[in-house]
This record gives sequence, C-alpha cells and structure tokens, in this order.
Amino acid sequence: MKGDFAVWVYLSHTPLLWLTVTLLAYGVAERVALATDRHPLANPVLVAIVLTATVLWLTGTPYATYFEGAQFVHFLLGPATVALAIPLYEYRATVMRALVPMLAALVVGSLVGIVSAMSLGLMLGIPRDVVVAMSPKSVTTGVAMGIVETLGGDPTLAAVLVMLTGMTGGILVTPLMNRLRIEDRRARGFAAGLAAHGVGTARAFQVSAVAGTFAGIALGLNAFLTAILVPVAVGFLR
Amino acid sequence: MIVSLTLILMAQLVGEAAARGAGLPVPGPLIGMAVLLAFLGLRDRATRLSERVLPRPLVDGTLEGTGKGLLAHLSLLFVPAGAGIVGRLDVIAAHGLAIAVVVLVSTLLTLAATALTFVAVARRMAPRDDPR
Repeated sequence: MKGDFAVWVYLSHTPLLWLTVTLLAYGVAERVALATDRHPLANPVLVAIVLTATVLWLTGTPYATYFEGAQFVHFLLGPATVALAIPLYEYRATVMRALVPMLAALVVGSLVGIVSAMSLGLMLGIPRDVVVAMSPKSVTTGVAMGIVETLGGDPTLAAVLVMLTGMTGGILVTPLMNRLRIEDRRARGFAAGLAAHGVGTARAFQVSAVAGTFAGIALGLNAFLTAILVPVAVGFLR
Repeated sequence: MIVSLTLILMAQLVGEAAARGAGLPVPGPLIGMAVLLAFLGLRDRATRLSERVLPRPLVDGTLEGTGKGLLAHLSLLFVPAGAGIVGRLDVIAAHGLAIAVVVLVSTLLTLAATALTFVAVARRMAPRDDPR
C-alpha cells in the first residue's frame, strides 16, 4: 500500500494527471451530451466542471495543483478566441448582410443586461459593491474582472458571476429561443454570445457554424460596449 | 497544424502587445482575432502572391481546419476556470438566493431582448431573409 501511495503523491503533483482528468471529464461530458441528443441540461461545460470539481473535492486537491496541469487547456482560450476570425471570415457575406440587426441587438442587449442586473440587484437588497461586480456579468471573465477592478469591486466575485451567467445562458438559450419561436440561427447565436460570452458561444458552435459565428461577433462587440457602459451605469449608482 | 498554430499565436501576440501597449480595455485575443481576419482578407485579395510566399498550410485550408478544430472544443477550454469557480462559490454565499435570481432573470431578459431585437430589425430590413 505504501508504494501505491507514493505513486499517488508523485502523480497528484504532476501536470500530467490533472490535464488527463480535465480531458477525461470533458470526454465523459461530451458522451453524456451526445447520448441525450445535446439536451441543454447536459451542457458539456457544466457536466465536465461538476465532474472535475468532484474529483478535486474527493481527492482534496488544491486548485493551484490542479491548475498546473489544466493551464495547458486554459491557455488555449486565447488562440481559440483568435480563431473566431476563421468562421467570421468564411461567413463574412452573411455577417455583412446582418450588420444593422446586429448593431441594434448589440445596443439593446448590452443595455438590458447591465440595467436589469443592476436594478434587480438593488431591488432585492443586494449591497452596492456586489451589484457593481454583477453589472458586467455577460462579458468574458478577463474583461469583467478588469471593469470591476477599476470600479473598486471584487474581481473574484465578478469572475464567479460571469461563469454562473455563462452556464445559465448556455443552458437556457435553446429552450428560451424555442419558446419565443425564434428560428433565425443568426439571432439565436448572437443572443447566446452577447448574454453568455464564451460558454454561450461554445453552445452556439455545437448547434451550427452560423450561430457560432454570430455568437463570436456578439462576444467581441459586447466586451467592448460593456467596458464603456458599465462605468457610466455605475456612475448613476453613486 | 504547427504552422497554423504559429500564425494564430502570432496574431494573439500582436493583439496582446497592442492591448497592453495602448492600454485598451479590450482583451488581446480579441484584437488578435481582428489581426487574423485582416490576414485572411489580404491573403485572398492577393491570391497569386500568397501562394508563392506563404507556407502551404496557410493557403490550402489547413489553417481553417486548425481553427475550426479549436472552436469545436471551445467547451473544453472553460473547464479549468469553471472548476476554480466551484471552489469560490463561498463569495456569493452571503446573498446566494438573491444573486441566483438576478443572474437567472437578467440572463433570460438579455437573451430575449437581444434575439427579439435582431429578428425585428432583420425583418424590417428584408422581409424574406431568414437563412436556415
């Protein structure tokens, strides 16, 4: 038994183990998603996160140790964002034709996202600093953390809220759009990317390349607009 | 694939440098996306020159394949950050329920407002232009 333990101690501190665990969790999550015909609740991001977090919890592994292995996956977020240019270029004709609807949806969606989060938060008696951390919840983690930090909020809280929003949006976008009878893939994708950043975009790419492309555009544009709008909106809070 | 990845990383590097250098509020990878977009546009504008000068993988579709491969597994890339969030759920514990309600309702409103605006404006511009 002593030997086994030594192997565990060794492996649990190498990047190899946690990188493998991350990929395995994702593999299982993908299988679950496929088996349920990509049911929104079987969202691969959600399932893989729950599986990974469970393994970490059961083994008592600190997140820093885990991240040493998982960072290789995490790093690819940057290149993947750059790669959004490829479908965007491929569908540029479709995108150019939808320029006006996109810009209108961007302004309305971005405002609704910020104003609804802030006003609902205040109505429910959430403290002002938490409301600030909530306001950019629809944009990518890095941008949201940056915005909240400049405004004197808690960036960690912002990151948690961003991730929760992403999961919520990724899960709800399909049933909501079906309920609203919106069949236009461009509109569905754009909404997913705007409201639920990369997680929504990942969901959109699973459905169709067009939806994914529009989600990617929305993610980029909303990051930009939110960085401008949130400080203004927070100014009204005083 | 290595050549394609190199180009993607170069675009990101230019983006990060520009974002840091100019102090822009936009993340470097998003600027990198614009850089790659410009590259693709220029490449196809000067087809002759590109085919002579650029490495094969950048003109024969390998670059496109690599990029789409990355995007096909975009979900995977959120797992490390997401697993970290699970450990930090304590930061919302104090206002747990209220925060959950805000996130849920606000996200639903944002999704609906965005998609409905898009569809309404698109319909007004061209009544029969709903692809797929």
